[in-house]
Order: sequence, then structure tokens, then C-alpha cells
Amino acid sequence: MSCKCKKSEDINVKDLRKSHKKIAEFSFEPKEIYRGYADRTLYINLSSNEVKIKPVPEDMKDKFTGGRGYGIKYLWDATKPGTKWNDPENEIIIAQGPIGGITQYPGAGKSYVATISPLTDIAIDSNVGGYFGPLCKFSGFDALEIQGKAGNDVIVFIDGDNNKVVIEEAPEECVNSHILAELLTKMYADSDADDDLRSVSVVSAGQAAENTRIGMLNFSYYDVRRKQCKLKQAGRGGIGTVFRDKKIKALVVKKSNIKGDLNNPADLDKVIKTGIKLHKEIHDNDDKQCRMRVFGTTQLVDAMNAHDLLPVKNFQYGSHPEGNKLGKEAFINLFEHGLPDGCWYGCTLACAHAVPGFELKTGPYKGEKVLVDGPEYETLAGCGSNCGIFDAEKVVECNFYCDTYGIDTISFGTLCAFVMECYERGILNKEITGGLELNFGNWEAQMEMLHQMARGEGFGMVAGQGVHRMKKLFIEQYGADAKLLQDIGMEAKGLEYSEYVSKESLAQQGGYGTTNKGPQHDENWLIFLDMIRNLMPTFEDKAEALYYFPLFRTWFSIAGLCKLPWNDIEPADNHKQAEPAKVPEHVQNYVDLFTAVTGKPFSKEELLRQSERVYNLQKVLSLKLGKGTRKFDAIPYRSVGPVTVEEYESRQDRYDKQLKEILGINPEGMSTEEKMAALRKYREERYETLLDTVYKRRGWTQNGVPTIEKLEELGIAYPDVVEEVKKHL
Amino acid sequence: MKIVRTKPELCIGCRACEETCSKVLHKDTNNEKSAIIITEKENSTFDINVCNQCGECIPICPVEAIYRAKNGTVMINKDKCVHCYACVGFCPNLSMRYQKDVTGPFKCISCGACTRECPTGAIFMEEVQG
Repeated sequence: MSCKCKKSEDINVKDLRKSHKKIAEFSFEPKEIYRGYADRTLYINLSSNEVKIKPVPEDMKDKFTGGRGYGIKYLWDATKPGTKWNDPENEIIIAQGPIGGITQYPGAGKSYVATISPLTDIAIDSNVGGYFGPLCKFSGFDALEIQGKAGNDVIVFIDGDNNKVVIEEAPEECVNSHILAELLTKMYADSDADDDLRSVSVVSAGQAAENTRIGMLNFSYYDVRRKQCKLKQAGRGGIGTVFRDKKIKALVVKKSNIKGDLNNPADLDKVIKTGIKLHKEIHDNDDKQCRMRVFGTTQLVDAMNAHDLLPVKNFQYGSHPEGNKLGKEAFINLFEHGLPDGCWYGCTLACAHAVPGFELKTGPYKGEKVLVDGPEYETLAGCGSNCGIFDAEKVVECNFYCDTYGIDTISFGTLCAFVMECYERGILNKEITGGLELNFGNWEAQMEMLHQMARGEGFGMVAGQGVHRMKKLFIEQYGADAKLLQDIGMEAKGLEYSEYVSKESLAQQGGYGTTNKGPQHDENWLIFLDMIRNLMPTFEDKAEALYYFPLFRTWFSIAGLCKLPWNDIEPADNHKQAEPAKVPEHVQNYVDLFTAVTGKPFSKEELLRQSERVYNLQKVLSLKLGKGTRKFDAIPYRSVGPVTVEEYESRQDRYDKQLKEILGINPEGMSTEEKMAALRKYREERYETLLDTVYKRRGWTQNGVPTIEKLEELGIAYPDVVEEVKKHL
Repeated sequence: MKIVRTKPELCIGCRACEETCSKVLHKDTNNEKSAIIITEKENSTFDINVCNQCGECIPICPVEAIYRAKNGTVMINKDKCVHCYACVGFCPNLSMRYQKDVTGPFKCISCGACTRECPTGAIFMEEVQG
């Protein structure tokens, strides 16, 4: 399919609305939020067009808290062993946590999306900003649970002002998000006034989400200053692919008159005071710390490049002389500065920057000037340095098309880097790629592959299956060396790696390998603590970090918060605290906020426990869906050490020193291959020892399976959960 | 534009300004609800904190609820305000207010009522370049 959609201002919205055909309408009783909860879920089945309200049982609320906790619980209930991503029973759940939606504390507008992933065949969860989650919650729902598949493309409209849900067949609109979000915002708003437009939020994917397994979802919000929609992404794991497989063109919510007390917290004064304290801290310290308000996450490019952590050419190297061309200096001029770029009200960390008036040079929208959200660090590293492309504007263009086509820039970047290495090593050639010369640095070829994904043709269709499936295909059809592909294909559990070189941090290798969903850094980011500051010298220290941080970080996703205001801004005296890496004052803020919103007693210990229940249920869900055991925590050697002679020799001093000082091996006289083998043996054994230690700390068997005792301790030893675990004990 | 200017050395801490401000803004005589705040220092002298109408809060507001009125005063549109209090945390002069019994942030509106109550001339209205 080729798509050259008209710009939204050229479309008559009223005429287009007439093309919609209403196929279901459901009215509901309004319900105010009480202490952070509506205590009900909006369930929609697109196969039967059934729409209903499901009360949230008290036990579910107590055990799984909200957000990702609800998503995983609903997936657990909806799926059976063998359920695949494209089975009708698979669900997409979009949920907020109890704190989500408050306007006073930075980072409280996140939605948490869960589904069975087409990349991993197990649960994926992804967090995203934009207004959809809070507006859905204030319409009266803690979660939106979508099951079944529509026959034709549909729009689901949740009208929180008039208490109704409408499912409409919508045949004509373009699916690409930069057009669709703008169009539907205008179509469903009460008027063209700014305050009405910001009362609408749209969830949409794009053309490439239909043709690949790396589809993502855009969540919109209307920016009253730029007078257009901005888009935030639930990127990881192919959720957009599931969305389009269900024939959902868009989800739209409308809820007007948002105020700071709609979450009806138990102690609003405490919520406000905690929020003001952080606003002030950001005001006073951001300029001296991360400068998130100016550069967002782009400043990480410079930091990673400086520490040999920036992925270059498919994670072979960790830095490049031109790396900083993708960093913050480039965005002094490209970003529009001085705007309140929070992706929900009250986020003064304001990292959701954008490039205005960007003239596209390729693809169906060539020549048009567009607003590009981001790029974020992950996109710059993945689509830029990892592919040998060191031109910020080229990454901005790639970012725009990934977003509007509805695909994940992290998976796209990592799979493109893999394809480029395969091309350079002769595993792929022009015949196989249909003429694309996919050498590192060839941006034109990268962009053409991306456009092919949108058009559903050519080598883009192969690449869009992801690294895991490409490895199998290249081995089976093109005779590629299976061992080499296993080493250089940067995926685990089927998910492409996010963009950090973990070779010199065992804790980060474990962090990537032991994640529930696959190698994504939101669970763990331990490189600086481990590698730079050497704060966890023993296996037990690393295991403790791999117990604490995944649970602490998981909590953001169940409470309804963004992680960034936790440690991308810190109190001025944080370095004087006993455990500065935990940012103790901010942890206390979260404890205070949870109690202030819910009225329930809370502590740092209970925070971890809330997460641990969700984390372990997600683990058992992986077992039920066919993964979850130790062998699925294996990681590619490229994330552990040097795979090739060139990699070894590029950091020879470092590796030779390690052989000498750690292993007592004199590298003189040894060939590079011999040295690589000795280093590899050591590093791979270390990884296995780490897994042993981490599993023990987490209360799991040496096969990575939660014990019955652990489930009982957590209060989640439900008969069906125990039954699943018993199969693996 | 006219703003409230201060001569703290003349302040005797009678807080008539606070009481008047609370009455004007909130129809209440609760000094905690005043946009002008008098703080006693150690040696029986006083600090006077009141908005200087600099407008740094205007671009901070996510919904354009804060604006500069035609007369130059920085005002808050309460209908638009979403109560995020970003303006309170970002005020360089610490003059944007939160008080738990008032819905939303509030500030000095340069009405001059407080200056008319001041017995010593410690606060007064002055025309400045906007």
C-alpha cells in the first residue's frame, strides 16, 4: 500500500466524520476518582463489539496496585499457554496507577501499556507520556482493556464528558500518526479553541506497524503554544503491531476541565507541597545537573561517548570521534527552547523537546515542513551512531518517519545496525537486499528500508521481522554462520537491545539479561555504579543491585509515574547521603505521595513489595507463555565482550590488562584469537555465576523460576499461578 | 506598569498589608492567604516579599493560564489553571503563592490596597518600565 495523505489542514473534518459508521455505542454512569482510583476498568471486545465496565476486585487492587500491575494481571487472566500475539484473546491494556494524573508532581502523566509481544511471544510493557492515560482515568477508568479483533478499521471514542463509548468504522483516514492525531483531535474536540483541543488525546500507530513486528503506539497531546499535536511513544515490543492487527485505527478520549484535584487524593495539601518542592529543586538545580529542560536526553550521547558506552556500528565499539555530532551541541539550534515541554501538566523537568519546521528530504512527505518530537538519546544512538550515521539532522528525519509510521526507533536502530554488519560481512548482498547498499553510514539506504516497511515491500519486510527472526532466516536461507549471528545479533528473548554498550559492566549485562520483557534499560541502568564507580565489587553486591533497582524502577510503572524525575534531577545535597544512587529524598517523596493520594500507610519496604508481586507474576506469565526459564536469560556475546579481532584490538590495552591482572595470563606472545578465547571463557563464566547469585537473591530456583515459598510470601500463590510454577520445579 | 515597591527598613511588622490583601483576594482576613508576606528577622527587622511582575512564570505555565494584562500586571486565569504549581516552584522571587485553603496559585495583582493600609510607607506603588 502506498500512502500519500493530505495534510490535516487540507482535509474537511466534518466530511470525513460522515464516512464513519457507528457499530456500537455504550453509555456509562460517571464515576469520580476516589483516592487515586476509579476501581473500574473499561473492557472492549472488538470481535463482538461488547463494551462493559468491569469493577476492579479489592484483592487485585491490593496485590497489583495499578498501571503495569493491572496490565499483567489482565493478561494473565486473558491468555492460556500458547496464546500468541495475534490471537483474538490477546489484549492491549492501557492503565494508569493511583498517583497518575496528578498535576502537581513532575512526571505523573504516564500510561502503561501491556500486551503479548509479536517479537518475544511473552508480555511486553511499555510506558508513554501524553494525555491519553490521565484523560481516560478522569473519564472514570483505571484501565482500558481491549480484546478481540475488528473486521474493519475502527476508531474507539471514549467521551468522558458525555459518559459514552462509541466504536466507529473509519475507512478513510490515513493511519500515519502525524496526520491522524492532528485530524482526530480536531474531529472529536468540542471546538477549535485551545482548551477544547487539549481535552482530546489520540492513540495511533502507522503504516509500518502493519507490516513489521516492531510497531509502536503514539500517544498525543495538543500543545497550546505550538498549536499542534505532539506525540509520545509506547515504543517497545511491537504493541503497535498488535494494535493494527486488531484493526484499531485509533483510540480517542475526550475529557474537559482538568483540574488538580480530580484524583481526589486523601491529602491534597501534601501532594501539592511535595510537588512544589520538586518544581523548586528543578528550577534551582537542572541548569547545574543534567539540563533536561534544555537538552532532554540528548545530553546522554556526549556522556556515553565519553565513557565508551555509546553503541557504534552494531555495538562493536563504545565511542566514535564524531559521536558528539549527535549530542547536545547539535540540539542547541535544532530544538525550540523556552517552552514548557512536559508531556503532562506540571512536568517541569520538561524533557519532551521537539524540532520545529523540519523539512523532510525523503519519502512520501518529502519537501513538507513538520514538527519532529525528539529525538531522544535512544534514537540518536540507535538510528545514528549504532548505524555509523553521525549527522543529527539525518537522525531527526529517521525519527520522524519511525514515529509517523508507528515503529519503535530502538528496535529499528538495533536491527538496522545488525543488517548493516551482516551486509559488511558479506552475509547479505545487494541481491538479497533488493539493491539496498546497507553499509554502515548509508543513511539513504537506511531511510529506504524504513519506507519499504511502510509500503510493505522489499527487504524492509524482512528486516521488520526483527533481529531474532532475521538470524534464523539468514542462517537457513543464506548459509550464515550461526555462531557469529548469535554473537552479533543484539537481541534477547526476541527483543532488540536498547542502546548501551554493556561489555565492561557485568551488572548491566545481568540487568539486560534478567529483565522480564527483554533487554530494555528501564529496569536496570547500573553501568556507572558498576563500571565507573566500582560500587558493587562482589557478585552479591551486583545481585543486590539487580534485586533492588528492577523492583524500585518497576514501581514507577505500577504507581503511574515517570522515572526521569527520580534521578535526572537530584537534591543539591544528594551526594552526602548514605546511598546517593538511590536518591533517598526522592524515594521519600514517592512514599509521601503514595500515602497522600491513597490514604494508605506506606513505606520504602512496601514499595518494593508492591513491585515484587507484579514482577513475579510477570515472570510466571512468561513461563505460561513458553519462556521464563534460565535459558531465556542468555545474552549475545557482543553485549559481554569483544566478538571479533577488530573489536579486541580496538581496546587491546584494556583487554590485555584484564588478562594479566585478573586472570594472571601473560598476553605477550598470544595471538588475538587466543586472547579473545581466554577472555570469553572468563566473562561467560562470570555471567553464569551472576545469574546463580541473582536468582538466589530474588527467591528463584537456579532455573530462574519463582519458588512456591516466594509466591506465598508475596501473597500471590493463587492456584493457577502455583500450578504453572510447579511445571518448572 | 505599576508595581508594589518596598522599603523594608520602614516596616514595623503590623501586617495590615497582609490582612488587606487576604480580604481583597479571598474575602477573608487570614494573613496566610496574603500575596504580600512579611517575615520577621532575628533583630526585629522585617522582610517584605511581593511579586515584582517580572513575568518569568508566564512561559512556565503549560496551559497559558498566566498572562500579562494590558496594564502590565501578571495575572492568572483561574478557569484555565490546572493547579500544577509549576509557577510557584519556578518563581525566582518566591512570590507566587500556595495556601492550602485556596484553590490554585495566587499572586499580587498590583491593586495597591496594601500600600494604602501601610502606616509607615514601607510599601508603595511605583510606575516602572514594563
